[in-house]
Amino acid sequence: MSRLAVPKTYKLYIGGKFVRSESGRVYEVSSRKGGFMANAAKASRKDARDAVVAARAAVSGWSGTTGYNRGQVLYRIAEILDGRRAQFVEEIAASEGVSASAAAAQVDEAIDLWVWYAGWADKYVQVAGNANAVSGPYFNISVPEPTGVVAVVAPQGSASLLGFVRAVAPVLVSGNAVVVIASEQAPLAALSLGEVLATSDVPAGVINVLSGSPAEIAPWLASHADVNALDLLGAGDLDWVDLQIAAAETLKRVLPPESGPDAGAASIDRITFFTETKTVWHTKGLL
Amino acid sequence: METTRTVTSIAPASRALEVIGGDLTERSLRRYLEGIPGVDAVGLEARAAALGTRSIKTTSKAWALDKIIELTDLTTLEGSDTPGKVRSLVAKAMVPDPDDMTCPRVAAVCVYGDMVPHAVEALGSAHDDGASGRINVAAVATAFPSGRSSRSVKLSDTSDAVAAGADEIDMVIDRGAFLAGRYGQVFDEIVAVKEACRRADGSFAHLKVILETGELVTYDNVRRASWLAILAGGDFIKTSTGKVAPAATLPVTLSMLEVVRDWHRLTGEKIGVKPAGGIRASKDAIKYLVTVAETVGEGWLTPHLFRFGASSLLNDVLLQRQKLSSGHYSGAAYVTID
Repeated sequence: MSRLAVPKTYKLYIGGKFVRSESGRVYEVSSRKGGFMANAAKASRKDARDAVVAARAAVSGWSGTTGYNRGQVLYRIAEILDGRRAQFVEEIAASEGVSASAAAAQVDEAIDLWVWYAGWADKYVQVAGNANAVSGPYFNISVPEPTGVVAVVAPQGSASLLGFVRAVAPVLVSGNAVVVIASEQAPLAALSLGEVLATSDVPAGVINVLSGSPAEIAPWLASHADVNALDLLGAGDLDWVDLQIAAAETLKRVLPPESGPDAGAASIDRITFFTETKTVWHTKGLL
Repeated sequence: METTRTVTSIAPASRALEVIGGDLTERSLRRYLEGIPGVDAVGLEARAAALGTRSIKTTSKAWALDKIIELTDLTTLEGSDTPGKVRSLVAKAMVPDPDDMTCPRVAAVCVYGDMVPHAVEALGSAHDDGASGRINVAAVATAFPSGRSSRSVKLSDTSDAVAAGADEIDMVIDRGAFLAGRYGQVFDEIVAVKEACRRADGSFAHLKVILETGELVTYDNVRRASWLAILAGGDFIKTSTGKVAPAATLPVTLSMLEVVRDWHRLTGEKIGVKPAGGIRASKDAIKYLVTVAETVGEGWLTPHLFRFGASSLLNDVLLQRQKLSSGHYSGAAYVTID
């Protein structure tokens, strides 16, 4: 007896919950060969707004944990991702039209990248911070602090999981909360990663995943006054100059789009870009 | 047969005398209040939920946001209140959004009785009773929020606040007495507090009667307490102190508005309603505006007849106003931290 297929409708991941789009819209996600894979929610500007509210609420808690603890939480994501390799390999192979071994290689690279970034959580301050040289009896110390809420347009091309991880993982290391617009054509890796996040130890709201049209949602995030920085890594096909102009209105940090296989490749610069440097002065004890 | 000894006369109040009749006693008051038909709780909640589904957009939304500000009693009722905190509250009440001079002022600031002089001083010429664009000072009194103290303490609490310049008194009813069925005692107390609201020149400070609906448990009790408060001379009926959960809810406010509507039909007199506590989002506040307009009419949407008791609501309304005027979403960094 043949089984009836269970077509899945993926939801958005906002504030630690899986929610439908406020607009009620969904769109069909197709495999590379054109076959139906799943439905995904098509996020509206109000979903983006809700995601920013959730992210803002999560910033103080997430940035308040110790770097050591954040590293553990990020490592735990890699662990759970590893436990669900098979699902990711299958989804990537179908949606990108690549071989199972190529898909598996991409998943492995994504997991390794999580682990690499997780390791930076309690180390990047030592590299990016400094005891500044002064000519007096006091200390002058600079430390990087997370900038707050970061909006990310994930890479839209090939390597949907790896591109997503390259965009999101470095932002989280320093304690930022992130609102990310997944790949429009191949959002399943990002949405499944949302399901991974829900069962890991990441506090609700630290990562919010929107699926839908980046052209529709990104301008609202770029102009949103409660977003502190914008990563346009995957926005190469959008009017990203307009997004930069909108972001300048509220003095956001903006990373421009990148293309090619090395777009968003592992780098400590992607961590430190989303930080603000705090410099403090302190007297030396004169005993 | 009833003997005259068991009949205890209660303080006269002109409204009660008119509606209940000449021999105002504990017994006649009880008979009147218990004769009020019960509330259809399911119907009430369904009605409130239906009113909450209206979609208010663009120009209507802009009007509603300004209206919410005009109807707000900006409140600080913390044990940690200081004169400085009250001054900054007053500054915000006078100029809610310094970047937008079209933003209206709030209706009143609501503080504890001992903070009234500081509020009056900070308001200066902006302080006035009734004139538009001027801001009232409301004081909570009668051993707010519990109301657990002797009658004399409650009355001097009230008269102190009035003497210090409070235009409005928010009193709490004795919920213990009400729940025990001692309606006469609650009635007497409201009448006495109303008398304590009399100023030297013979005019009265407005009296808001807080029912603390979260402690009254049932909608029937809310309806009964609303009638009781109005009969005893309250100018406003207010849902909650904000110190007890649940505070203001839409169904409770709707049931109080229905009492106000019925009282208006009965006597032609207009009583105010003030939901307070727990209203933090503009979206929720707009639901209240819809409920008022649909229950007693748009005529009630003036500061004399409807107020929001709120502190954090104002910031959310300002963010929404900024969104409407600028076209992009605003953030908490663009309003004051209270």
